[in-house]
Amino acid sequence: MTTLPTTTTTKLGLVIDLDTCVGCQACVTNCKEWNTGGHSAPLTDLNPYGDKVDGVWFNRVHTFEYGLGENARTVNFPKSCLHCENAACVTVCPTGASYKRSSDGIVLVDHDKCIGCKLCSWACPYGAREFDEDEGVMKKCTLCVDRIYNENLDEVDRQPACVITCPSKARHFGDLGDPDSDVSKLVAERGGYDLMPEQGYKPTNKYLPPRPRKLTGAAIGAQESLQPVKTNGKGFLGWVDKVLTR
Amino acid sequence: MHPAYSVIFFTTASGAGYGMLALMAILGTAGILPADRWFGFVGLALALGLITAGLLSSTFHLGRPERAWRAVSQWRSSWLAREGVLAILTYIPAGLFGIGWVFLEQTSGFWGVMGVLAAIGAFLTIVCTSMIYRSLKPIHQWHNDWTIAGYVALGFASGAVALSFVAHLFDVAGPVVKALPVALVPVAWAVKTGYWAFIDRTRSLSTSNTATGLRGGEVRSVDWPHTQENYLQKEMGFQVARKHALKLRTIAHGLTFAVPLAFAVLTLLVPNPLAGIAAFVALASIAAGLLAERWLFFAEAKHTVTLFYGAKAA
Repeated sequence: MTTLPTTTTTKLGLVIDLDTCVGCQACVTNCKEWNTGGHSAPLTDLNPYGDKVDGVWFNRVHTFEYGLGENARTVNFPKSCLHCENAACVTVCPTGASYKRSSDGIVLVDHDKCIGCKLCSWACPYGAREFDEDEGVMKKCTLCVDRIYNENLDEVDRQPACVITCPSKARHFGDLGDPDSDVSKLVAERGGYDLMPEQGYKPTNKYLPPRPRKLTGAAIGAQESLQPVKTNGKGFLGWVDKVLTR
Repeated sequence: MHPAYSVIFFTTASGAGYGMLALMAILGTAGILPADRWFGFVGLALALGLITAGLLSSTFHLGRPERAWRAVSQWRSSWLAREGVLAILTYIPAGLFGIGWVFLEQTSGFWGVMGVLAAIGAFLTIVCTSMIYRSLKPIHQWHNDWTIAGYVALGFASGAVALSFVAHLFDVAGPVVKALPVALVPVAWAVKTGYWAFIDRTRSLSTSNTATGLRGGEVRSVDWPHTQENYLQKEMGFQVARKHALKLRTIAHGLTFAVPLAFAVLTLLVPNPLAGIAAFVALASIAAGLLAERWLFFAEAKHTVTLFYGAKAA
């Protein structure tokens, strides 16, 4: 049913740290690798070795610049489904293929019911859904629903593929509905925010802003400037000093 | 937004069909149109033919057309499903009204009730079509009430022009049938002009700053996640007609409104068959004009996803 649950028991989602993301695309690659064999398999690639490459990806990393002069910053910006509370992609679905789980808030597509009308992708402000031309159905991030509850994996591995592979710990996974969870604390501490809050979708995923840049040496505990080395007139350095100052 | 040909044809054809069906049903029930068998047959066949062709065409853009029947199940939340339900339901009174008119030459009593129900169903189906677009928050150019007014006004204006032509064909066009396009085309013209003024002077609340959450200056897109166009850009980042928007608007003003209005006025002034020719020119013009208008409706719509690809505002 495409009506949204009024509440969900947990709100599973991601916290993405724009300060530490280095834009290495490892999350993108591991997402594709896992999901092309998982719940939404296959993540079709069209013409993969040709000149017009196209394909389905659930996670994409943009790079932005903002600010000018010494305040200019480069920010790598991973973007995937935000598993919104007000997920209009679900309510617009005419067939019931799109749904939001009342247990954990994950937004999924039942690919056997999808007619490929694409309306859900129009309803998403973030561009999280991608159409599989080959299968004729819509696909999207599942928050690795087939990993996070998977008892065949070691407990440490029961995390989304993008999170577990991130080499700079820029991605965190957890229950954002629980104020005491690690991810909720991280969001509170770092001033995590919603993308496009004015759209009213109440995304579950949060973004952590880049930390303020430290512009002076003192700010990182270094000396303000370098002082000449003082000698005590002894040893080799003392001799060199004496000879050269003569 | 990418203007899919099947959706452009669907919304214009079914809009005109529902407008024409509603007008025929009301005027027939009120006794303003004669309950003539062949006029009723050709008129209702054209209206229902436009509707049916439009609905079938709308399934062509589906990835899985064979599953289209599933699209009526979620009427509780989805305007697309509601449109499907109402489109199917409207066939029932419209079909019965047609049986009364064509086989029994009756448009009053029970058949009249069916006519009123068909008119209500036709009107509500157009509203549902418009609500599919009106309900999409990420597209500022659609998420406003001008969208509903535009679909309803254009459906009824083009329906009136089509009805006038068929009535002239059977030489049953009275003053009301001749006057309807003269009244409804200017209404649609005013609504569309108001719509264009609205989208020209307003912007989405979302910007590249709110999309990324990066504050303190202009956000510049320096690297995309892909080297070739992806689905998002093909579907939501369409730019061709935006470049020619002004020219296309002039074409739409002329073909959708000015020319049909002038020739509709002419039908009031000259006798048949000249009036019939004028009614045909009006119909041909509004049909071409609507395609330009609907193309623009899609092409001028800017989705917030473009904010991630270098657009500053949407």
